[in-house]
Amino acid sequence: MTELLSFELSRPGAYEPRLPEAGVSAPTPAELLPKETLRAEPPDLPKLSEPEIMRHYSRLASLNYSISEQFYPLGSCTMKYNPVANEAAAALPGFAGLHPYQDEATTQGALELMWRLERALCAVVGVDRVTLQPAAGAHGEWTALRMIQAYHRSKGDKRTEVLVPDSAHGTNPASAALSGFSVVEVRSGPDGRISLADLESKLSPRVAALMLTNPNTLGLFEREILDVAEMVHATGAMLYYDGANLNAFMGVCRPGDMGFDAVHMNLHKTFTTPHGGGGPGAGPVGVKADLVPFLPHPTVEKADGEFKLDYRRPQSIGRVRSFYGNFGMLVRAYTYVLAMGGDGLTQASLDAVLSANYLRKQVEGVLDLPHEGPCMHEFVASAHNLAPQGIKALDVAKGLLDRDFYAPTIYFPLVVPEALMVEPTETESKATLDAFAGAIKEVVEQGKSDPASLHAAPHTTPVGRLDEVGTARKITSYLSGQSEEPILRWKRVRK
Amino acid sequence: MPYLVHSPQDREEMLAAIGVESMDQLLVDIPASLRVDELKLPDGLSEFDTMAQVQSLAAKNLVFADRLTFRGGGVYRRFIPTAVAAVTGKPEFYTAYTPYQPEASQGTLQAIFEFQTLIAELTGLDVANASLYDGATAVAEASMMARVQTGRDEILVAGYLHPEYLEVLRTFGEGRGMKVRKGDEPNAKTAAVVFQQPDFLGLLVDARALTERAHAAGALAIACVDPISLAILAPPGEYGADIAVGEGQQLGLAPSYGGPHVGFIACRKDLVRRLPGRLIGSSHDAQGRRGFVLTLTAREQHIRREKATSNICTNHSLCALAASVYLTYMGASGLRQVAETSFKRARSLADRLGKVPGWEPAFPERQFLNEFPMIVPKPRPLLRKLAKKGILGGLEVSRWFRELKGVVTFTCTEVNDPAAIDELVQAVTS
Repeated sequence: MTELLSFELSRPGAYEPRLPEAGVSAPTPAELLPKETLRAEPPDLPKLSEPEIMRHYSRLASLNYSISEQFYPLGSCTMKYNPVANEAAAALPGFAGLHPYQDEATTQGALELMWRLERALCAVVGVDRVTLQPAAGAHGEWTALRMIQAYHRSKGDKRTEVLVPDSAHGTNPASAALSGFSVVEVRSGPDGRISLADLESKLSPRVAALMLTNPNTLGLFEREILDVAEMVHATGAMLYYDGANLNAFMGVCRPGDMGFDAVHMNLHKTFTTPHGGGGPGAGPVGVKADLVPFLPHPTVEKADGEFKLDYRRPQSIGRVRSFYGNFGMLVRAYTYVLAMGGDGLTQASLDAVLSANYLRKQVEGVLDLPHEGPCMHEFVASAHNLAPQGIKALDVAKGLLDRDFYAPTIYFPLVVPEALMVEPTETESKATLDAFAGAIKEVVEQGKSDPASLHAAPHTTPVGRLDEVGTARKITSYLSGQSEEPILRWKRVRK
Repeated sequence: MPYLVHSPQDREEMLAAIGVESMDQLLVDIPASLRVDELKLPDGLSEFDTMAQVQSLAAKNLVFADRLTFRGGGVYRRFIPTAVAAVTGKPEFYTAYTPYQPEASQGTLQAIFEFQTLIAELTGLDVANASLYDGATAVAEASMMARVQTGRDEILVAGYLHPEYLEVLRTFGEGRGMKVRKGDEPNAKTAAVVFQQPDFLGLLVDARALTERAHAAGALAIACVDPISLAILAPPGEYGADIAVGEGQQLGLAPSYGGPHVGFIACRKDLVRRLPGRLIGSSHDAQGRRGFVLTLTAREQHIRREKATSNICTNHSLCALAASVYLTYMGASGLRQVAETSFKRARSLADRLGKVPGWEPAFPERQFLNEFPMIVPKPRPLLRKLAKKGILGGLEVSRWFRELKGVVTFTCTEVNDPAAIDELVQAVTS
């Protein structure tokens, strides 16, 4: 099933929405403004009635898999159930209707919520302060690196390198580079953990920070994290925590205690704010005392029972976003923290680890498990063992879509060939995990008995495998002027 | 416990299946010295008690009625059709992940493709991306594009750009080797001239002249635009700007204390390979059915890693969806009516406030659309007086611009009905 574009459904002259009339006597823009400032042709927007709009978007919605309907085993993405109470909380007029430039005296509840959320996040990760301003994970990473850079510069120390493990997410090196650092890769050892010998050889007075996630992207806890921290700190560098995998150990251990100086968190992963098909999220960053002066401004402070925004922070790196961050997402996360409490968050992490190990056990012998367990909240399997049958990770992914499961993260981390990265989270039942393991077995069977059909999968989705290469080629020809077909947008064909 | 699914019996069975006796055996890799006894937070609450606490926080905020809100400064009250929340509230949209598996994500992908088209149409440029975080980061990302494109490192900010956008641009620039200067005379070091239309005070700038000046110096022109103004004003593509960016909050999103909102960015086709963030393209499957895919990903961080020119990974997809529903609901003529109603009401309000003794327009020779600056005697007591009457008065801008002492910007949109305007004028003069 496919759906026409709103532009194609549009019928000229069909419908006009009823909107408020001005009701005052005043000249029109055409009467007052110089002609050259006015738009010559109206934009070519679709024209649809409300019933048609609702039908159109309902049909589009039905083309999506979503966590409300399907299991999303996406590794490193922490696709938990998104509590509906969070949505109700964010929609309260007392939050949704607030203008960011109201007097602080009239926004005390919002400021208090931010202040409380900051304290809760401090407790979870073991840091002194948190900025809630970054809008997303990558934004938080970069914010943390800018703070680390400002810290070194404040001591007259011009460090130029950032160390990133070879298993890291692509945003890590990109965030480092965009802060003006050069990126040096640190290798993983054969057990999938960071190689202390390689780290030792890369550390120098040039290094500003090591970016690390723990558990790492293979789902393995870095057992030697305390040694890593000591080595890094001994050279005067800082340790940055990528919070992608924070869901593994809430209430069990804390990045702050491991020696991390800056800790980023994804509220859209660990703290259940919905992904929205790719945002909005929120990527707060927690810091230890040394980095506190460099936090983006404004911070939220409490004095004499009143909450206020503090802009007087002379060493602050400045703003990283307008206003105070994705406030609506902060409301959702805080609501979740209240409902779960310390006991609930702890149990959530324990269940996440339990589920991952259980599922890992279920796929043992079907897929290759290149690293020894136990794992934390996720594990990386490999379809490498299926190469003789011509089955690739991509085939397994597409075969799962036909069985009403979303696919695991594939071909990441880059250090595992034919990687399938699986993170079940605490909100998937044992029955779902069993069904998923069963589906993987079926897919592998299909690949052996009817390889052609698996290579052509998915068959049951609204469309089949799409010609991504062809699309890229057409765009190239459009961009170079050889073709008029825009590909990246719809355009009316002029007759 | 809320949202958890395993029963104690499930947990026992799962541990047994794994072949361990306790959770501790699964946590062996964590050094004992790092283990904590408990997470120091209060225990969880029932949904009833959770919501009671959240509601009591919400009740500590004072929300002004839409019709009595005359404050803008980058966030505006607008009429939001009910259809917007009805669509964005569909769990198939808001609980979907970023569309990595296109066959299972066509709803999101097609919606973004429509958004890209809507923004390209509004701005009069060739291609728009899937959205960015907000207007401020959109200005910063566009500036980075210009820097890479021209190999020059100065960004020239002309006129009254939103002060928080400027601050974010400076924070981005530090470390990326971008220097930000205020002024309107580009030179051989200038990568781009950035201007806002209408500017932060609501005033129209000579976008055409600024664009020509940028081009004459070999720099790009970056227009930061109000999307609703584009129903009336010449779009950036028409006067030759290379990149258009802006904040899309007005397209169906609640103020929500400043976020989440949505940034947009569009450019000429020869700059597409420098565009940050997600891009969706049209494709087809083996049976010839049309579908949509993430494309030109070689620009992005997960392929280019440290060589990427932006680290943005996602976009603000759900906010972009809200904007798409809003624009589709309005259509070109509806959008024009919204813009014209706002224009006329703002004109009417400006005329009436200009007659208040001691008040005068701050820039009488300049044109505006729906936001305008007035010089007001004693702004602070005045705004306090208005607040007591339930009116969110204008925005005092001297906190950012010292030279604008006593200047307050007022905004008027289709939600400020004539009776509300009367109330404001009466409250001011009483």
